[in-house]
Amino acid sequence: MGGNKLVNKFCELLGKENVFRDEADRIAYSYDAAVLDPSLPSIIVRPTTSEALGQAVRLCNENALPVTVRGSGTNLSGGTIPSAGGVVILTTALNQILEINEEDLYAVVQPGVITARFAAAVESKGLFYPPDPGSQAVSTLGGNVAENAGGLRGLRYGVTRDYVMGLDFFDVNGELIKTGARTVKCVTGYNLAGLLVGSEGTLGVFNKIILKLIPMPAASKAMMAIFSEVSKASETVSAIIANRIVPVTLEFMDNFTIRAVEDFAHVGLPVDAAALLLIEVDGHPAQVEEDAARVEELCRQMGAMHVRVAQDAQERDKVWEARRAALSALSRIKPTTVLEDATVPRSKIPEMIRSIDEISRTFDLTIGTFGHAGDGNLHPTILTDRRDKEEWARVQQAIDAIFDRALALGGTLSGEHGIGIAKSKYMENETGRATILYSRRIKAALDPKNILNPGKIIGE
Amino acid sequence: MYDMKKLAALVKELEDQLVVCMRCGMCQAVCPLFAETGREADVARGKLALLDGLIQEMFKDPKGVNERMMRCLLCGSCAANCPSGVKVLDIFLKARAILVGFMGLHPAKRIVFRGMLAHPRLFNSLVETASRLQGFFVKPTDDLLGTSCGRFFFPLADRHLKTFAPDSFHSIVGRLDTNGPSGLKVALFVGCMIDKIYPNIGHAVLSALEHNGVGVLVPVEQGCCGIPALSSGDLKTFHKLMRYNLERFSPGDFDCLVTACATCTSTIKKLWPMFADDLSGVEKSRMKELAEKTLDISQFLVDRTGVFTAASAYEGEKALLSYHDPCHLKKSLGIAAQPRTLLRANSHYVFKEMSEPDRCCGCGGSFNLQYYGISASIGKRKRDSIVESGCSTVATSCPACMLQISDMLSQAGERIQVKHAIEIYADSLE
Repeated sequence: MGGNKLVNKFCELLGKENVFRDEADRIAYSYDAAVLDPSLPSIIVRPTTSEALGQAVRLCNENALPVTVRGSGTNLSGGTIPSAGGVVILTTALNQILEINEEDLYAVVQPGVITARFAAAVESKGLFYPPDPGSQAVSTLGGNVAENAGGLRGLRYGVTRDYVMGLDFFDVNGELIKTGARTVKCVTGYNLAGLLVGSEGTLGVFNKIILKLIPMPAASKAMMAIFSEVSKASETVSAIIANRIVPVTLEFMDNFTIRAVEDFAHVGLPVDAAALLLIEVDGHPAQVEEDAARVEELCRQMGAMHVRVAQDAQERDKVWEARRAALSALSRIKPTTVLEDATVPRSKIPEMIRSIDEISRTFDLTIGTFGHAGDGNLHPTILTDRRDKEEWARVQQAIDAIFDRALALGGTLSGEHGIGIAKSKYMENETGRATILYSRRIKAALDPKNILNPGKIIGE
Repeated sequence: MYDMKKLAALVKELEDQLVVCMRCGMCQAVCPLFAETGREADVARGKLALLDGLIQEMFKDPKGVNERMMRCLLCGSCAANCPSGVKVLDIFLKARAILVGFMGLHPAKRIVFRGMLAHPRLFNSLVETASRLQGFFVKPTDDLLGTSCGRFFFPLADRHLKTFAPDSFHSIVGRLDTNGPSGLKVALFVGCMIDKIYPNIGHAVLSALEHNGVGVLVPVEQGCCGIPALSSGDLKTFHKLMRYNLERFSPGDFDCLVTACATCTSTIKKLWPMFADDLSGVEKSRMKELAEKTLDISQFLVDRTGVFTAASAYEGEKALLSYHDPCHLKKSLGIAAQPRTLLRANSHYVFKEMSEPDRCCGCGGSFNLQYYGISASIGKRKRDSIVESGCSTVATSCPACMLQISDMLSQAGERIQVKHAIEIYADSLE
């Protein structure tokens, strides 16, 4: 089908007002939140119904057009950067919460629902959807599932994968595939949902998502522990877990980040501290009291200079304000912010932090490190100016070194941002050649024309 | 054909500000326009990427970018919530000026800005004539809101407008120069909308100042603050108006310059200094002094004269009052508490916050003229917040917001009064 004929077909299927192809729109959908070069699609379409979504996918397959599905475009590994000349399918008009079932504790949503809006809708019924990626105010649930997004609560509550009970998705022919169910138990057929979660749009296009909900914890308590040495902070993390306490969040901040946050937000952080931990426990009120007291005691035993326990909601907000401001504070220092998410087993955090420190000195770069210490998912954040070619080359070398180190420590390339195109070249280092080939055979079988987000995760 | 290389070189001036955007996309959560359209090119991240695209010479034609750049309310919600602190409004206003300088000003805008707005005396007499003739074009629709709608042949027929006042503020007050017992003296920058549509706000300002013992200087033949020209990229008219007003207001004559228009305040305070390259050294220092002395009327009364409580405690039945934060007051200047203090000073009312009080009303000045459909759908969300609050009067601090809110309420047949915060305060003094 020729260019214009194809455009007409899309207009017929989706309505003219949902087909964008002028220069400005094509440039506006050529990037995401990753620090990578843009790539221009030839057309952007916005289906408003399930049927139209399936038909759009089929039309792309019939014409061998690469398809990149996009929610809010907040991806940090280039997963939503389209193939040059390809099609961008927007899920933003498929944004209905179809059901919140309070008896059976699940919800059914369309892929374009905004994460925070969903979390708030669920909360208004006294229920809880824990995954809270940093972009939740704008990110879509479809994107969260495709990336297997994490967040601050991963330690206790797990990540998006742990809440996907079932999926309806379109294969390349626009056929609807159903996997999973509205039941806690379901062993019917292959666990295709397991395969699709985190597949970054390479294996199918989500139509509906069934998400698990849990009761809202009744109480919570937050505290901040301040340390004079990084090693003491990271040993405290291990000690808390070893004592069989699993906080909902256990966040780490290094001295550089502490200073940046204090400069920016003036929240009263000790700028001379080497590290701090932000810890929150939740659950039944009695258990929360007990856990909080125990965690406070452990922090002191492990050598914390100071522990501040939030006494009320306002103080709790204050504790978390520091953490929320971390990325803002760091990103204001230099024009380009490279946010990595290499993850190590939590016992290896002290070593990983030491390594990042070495790497920043070796390559003469500014790196602030903060992140989810409780689950080993740190965010070394390189502050640079991409226009400085010489420094940018050193940034690339430093990223290579961070990944090498994380893998050497038994870790993984990505805790929550995905592989996309930013990290696909490192995949073989972690998984081996055979794994890539195996994955490519799956991809080739399900998507013979390689139209679904080609080049992502496993390369071309 | 346009020389896109030349344009790239012009836009490159913005590069250091553009690179601050890390494309995180958080602006999508707060942009009122994006909430309606869901299109990336409508949100700040998209527009910043388009400007970057101009620098990278990715475009064959500047028209698409120009159209997108004009499609923005300039409400500043994105900038106020930007994690990396991108100065979005600075960039957009500069970009509009660059694009207009490169592509030329729209002929209709050329007539309005350079032929009328830039000549305050002519502009005043044109409006006077219009106020006498407007009865032929519009007819009253709502007595409480004071709105009118167009007769069948009128071009803005779907709106419920506020018409020009029969007598403008300047025609009634003329020149004023008084001293008060407080020893404080302010100059009043009236602003076009208060002068020509809402003179009552100007009178309320005068009685509030008098009540608090503040002397007032009202120079004659004041000009427009320049925002309509600047937001359309017409730097020439903007500079002309800035110079014109600088001649009329001599900073040595008063302690503060006050306005009752959020947009005028933020323009004088923030945009005059930002777009002052064209001014001579002497003009620049005079302008800086003036900008520093500029305050919103509520900010002046609360922070400088100590207005804080009801002038008379009223015990009868009270009416419910709510408040809309104008973007140019809250997001641009951080002023939100002071107008509420003024409202609470009137004991005839009980104050109740509406939901999302600081969400843009959708007016956006000329945005409303160019994109009325989107402007109205954003306005409807504001209208719903107002109605849900159950108030019988809604106050705000910007006459442009008042126009938009009146239009929205009037069209829906909602009998809710729209007032300026200073009117509510002044009412309590009687």
